[in-house]
Amino acid sequence: MTSAEFSTLCLYAAYSAIAIYVIAFIAFALDLAKRSGDAQIAATAALKAQSRQSALAGASASAGSTGSAGGTLLLERTDVTEPGETARRSSKFERIGISMMVLGLAVHIASVVFRGLAAGRVPWANMFEFGLTGTALIVGVFLLVNLVVDLRYLGAYVMGLNLILLGVAVVNFYVTVSPLVPALQSYWLVIHVFVACLGTAFFAIAGGLSAAQIIQERREASKNAGIKLFDTLPGAERLEDLAYRIALVGFVLWTFTLIAGAVWAEKAWGRYWGWDTKEVWTFIIWVIYAGYIHARATRGWRGARSSWLSLVGFAAVMFNFSIVNLFFKGLHAYSGL
Amino acid sequence: MARSSDSNGPVEPAEPQVDGTSDRTDERADPLRPSDHIDSVEQVDSDSGITQPKLGFVGYLRFFWRQLTSMRTALLLLMLLALAAVPGSLVPQTSSDPNGVVQYKTDHPQLYPILDKLGLFSTFTTPWFSAVYLLLFISLVGCIIPRVKHHLEALRSAPPKTPARLSRLAGFQTHQAPTVTGDTAPVSAEIAVATARQHLRRAGYRTRVYGDSVSAERGYLRETGNLVFHTALLGVLVTVGIGGGFGYTGQRVVVEGQTFSNVLGSYDSFNPGRFFSDSQLKPFNIAIDKFTVKYEDKIIDAIGTPTDYTTYVTTSQPGQASKKTTIKVNDPLSIGGSNVYLLGNGYAVDVTVRDGEGNIALKDTIPFLPQDSNLTSLGVIKVPDAKPTQLGMIGFFYPSATKLSSGALASNYPDDINPKLTLSVYAGDLGLDDGVPRSVYELDTVGLKPIAATGSNAVEKPLTLEPGQTVKLPNGLGSVQFNDVKRFVSLDIHHDPTQIYVLVFAILIVLGLLTGLFVPRRRVWVKAVQGDDGLRIEYAGLARGEDPTLERAVDDLAKKHLAALTPKTASDRRKVSS
Repeated sequence: MTSAEFSTLCLYAAYSAIAIYVIAFIAFALDLAKRSGDAQIAATAALKAQSRQSALAGASASAGSTGSAGGTLLLERTDVTEPGETARRSSKFERIGISMMVLGLAVHIASVVFRGLAAGRVPWANMFEFGLTGTALIVGVFLLVNLVVDLRYLGAYVMGLNLILLGVAVVNFYVTVSPLVPALQSYWLVIHVFVACLGTAFFAIAGGLSAAQIIQERREASKNAGIKLFDTLPGAERLEDLAYRIALVGFVLWTFTLIAGAVWAEKAWGRYWGWDTKEVWTFIIWVIYAGYIHARATRGWRGARSSWLSLVGFAAVMFNFSIVNLFFKGLHAYSGL
Repeated sequence: MARSSDSNGPVEPAEPQVDGTSDRTDERADPLRPSDHIDSVEQVDSDSGITQPKLGFVGYLRFFWRQLTSMRTALLLLMLLALAAVPGSLVPQTSSDPNGVVQYKTDHPQLYPILDKLGLFSTFTTPWFSAVYLLLFISLVGCIIPRVKHHLEALRSAPPKTPARLSRLAGFQTHQAPTVTGDTAPVSAEIAVATARQHLRRAGYRTRVYGDSVSAERGYLRETGNLVFHTALLGVLVTVGIGGGFGYTGQRVVVEGQTFSNVLGSYDSFNPGRFFSDSQLKPFNIAIDKFTVKYEDKIIDAIGTPTDYTTYVTTSQPGQASKKTTIKVNDPLSIGGSNVYLLGNGYAVDVTVRDGEGNIALKDTIPFLPQDSNLTSLGVIKVPDAKPTQLGMIGFFYPSATKLSSGALASNYPDDINPKLTLSVYAGDLGLDDGVPRSVYELDTVGLKPIAATGSNAVEKPLTLEPGQTVKLPNGLGSVQFNDVKRFVSLDIHHDPTQIYVLVFAILIVLGLLTGLFVPRRRVWVKAVQGDDGLRIEYAGLARGEDPTLERAVDDLAKKHLAALTPKTASDRRKVSS
């Protein structure tokens, strides 16, 4: 097949992936609606059960000392196994959402591969390609993390974000295949840009969790008032832990991006650091996430305060990808637009 | 900072510690943290009382030092650092984009002086930016020095005493000690503890037996990594700060066929570091044999995009045979301890100028600077030796000339397919002898007489030449011969002996980060307890910092340990006890 044919296939696949992602997005949105309803029912049921439970509690107080010790244990360890994670069975919508996401990713990856075949090189050398590959990485990382911890409640967020980014990449940033300018002809393109996109994917998921944490903490502070659907999500502390762990992986990848970029800059531009606009923003993002990690370890900064930093960090990542690439003058002028 | 070295004296716990995890042994083993670190014990703030003691001079110093080295200050300074870097990306920087600064000055005549006063055009060397990162690093030094000391001690100390009650701790589980069928004797507490200790040791724990229990700790590498990371950051800053002084950077434009010699006079511009003297320049020559460019010619939308720049050179150093090699983008030449980078290229025109008396006043190859992607290039030819008057010319070079509908020339392809040179010629004193430094790429036409130029007072229209052509100047002032088109390369020569140290520190940063963030620091206890129904074995762990897999680790330990205590035969039992 020729380059042009592969390019066409790439676009077909990208549009198909968008269509499938739309279905996944709707499924996840319906799931959130269902969660809201379930939470309402559960809340009513819990109210009814409360009177019965108080009677039971009176009975267990008279039980033996070993029994009460076991009871304490259970109480103390509730923060480890979240009710939202284990108690709830996955809904039909969730299963549809995940299936569509996996299918969408398969088509999406095909699109990335077609682009690579069309260009005869790695498909991440201009804005369209960053967007195409980066969004595939977000979905991929999300599905992988989902194998370890249940993050399906973030499905709608991930799909929504992905549809916007992929849509803009395909519609606004599309450029035909072009050869690499000499400055980009380096194996560092493969490493540096890929790791940057991967780090972005982790930051994106951490950002979603941090946003959920902020809402959840506010709800918990106001005795679970407000959006009922958050009853089905893990508690604020658990969300914070998850966001932190995922952001940590992003931070390590970002550190590597920074250093790999410096090594490449030395080869291509003759200096490893020159405060080019893109370098400045990569540095700013690194410092913000370093601040986030410190905030998590600072008394008085746990919780929503540090979550805001995570969101600021992700906003800076998006700013760096969009505004800096498109409008700021600098050596990283590879948007292709 | 350190709870033990606090000026107010150690704060005694109001109540006896129930779980015993915060006793003195604990303090030695735990990493030392700033007082507001989440993992350090919250202090009763004795300064907040009404009867606040007066602080002396030393007291104030101590107070400020504690403030500076606190987590909160570090956090604030990090945020300030991020914020302070933003303007450096909003306006052009003198260091990375000097032409952009000049352009900004003409575009924003009102704003420029204000921003310039604030130092925004060299953001990263301004006092306010420096103040932020210097304070941050002082804070860092103040934090890591005591921590390093403390950690070295912790590395030599034993794990803390087993808490009285394990049931409150993470992953707690209790099991009946296994018995063997047909053998009435149960596992003894000693055997259980000794086996547990073996298991823990094998898993990399530091262990100590306290009575019928073993206390184990692992993950000292976490604090080591943390300290390595922060120290390496400091290392990068110091190396960059001081190391930059030992090197130099220089630029030189060289035309095909010319040779660059590494002496000060050869450089078009030269920026030595503070500690670098010109005599340290290593002698070497680089002859530029040929420069080739490949252009994309298949993909319609990308036709004319350069896909390869290769400079063929012959290098020579004293005492060595000359070598043929290449310099490419992304592939610099390393010679004499310096690196030579290919950072730019363009066209140079080979011209011969004869003056009014018929003598050759100039024969030279003059680099023309590219103005657009199709390499329309602008250059200046100065002929100070021409008689009777000096001559100056402003030239445009079009590698693939095409006539626009307006009649003007333009280039529509970057390769030299149809090269044309146009020259506007001026006569008069070029002002080269008055001592004012002048750019070779500019010609001040004020006071010069236009003889072949656009404009009504010129004798003729500008000259247009093709390679091989000779054109006579009006008024018998001589002639210009356009001999040939050549390429020039713009070379950057950098020497930075400390670069390798920066790389080493960068690698340490990554390694320190990985171990400091992902190695779990944890304590695990195994305790044999004599209950009413026989010997029970308890397991529990305690996370020291982020540790998502602690429970699983305790669980695994319990499973393996119990399995090991359940031998198939009595002889296995003896093996376990030995």
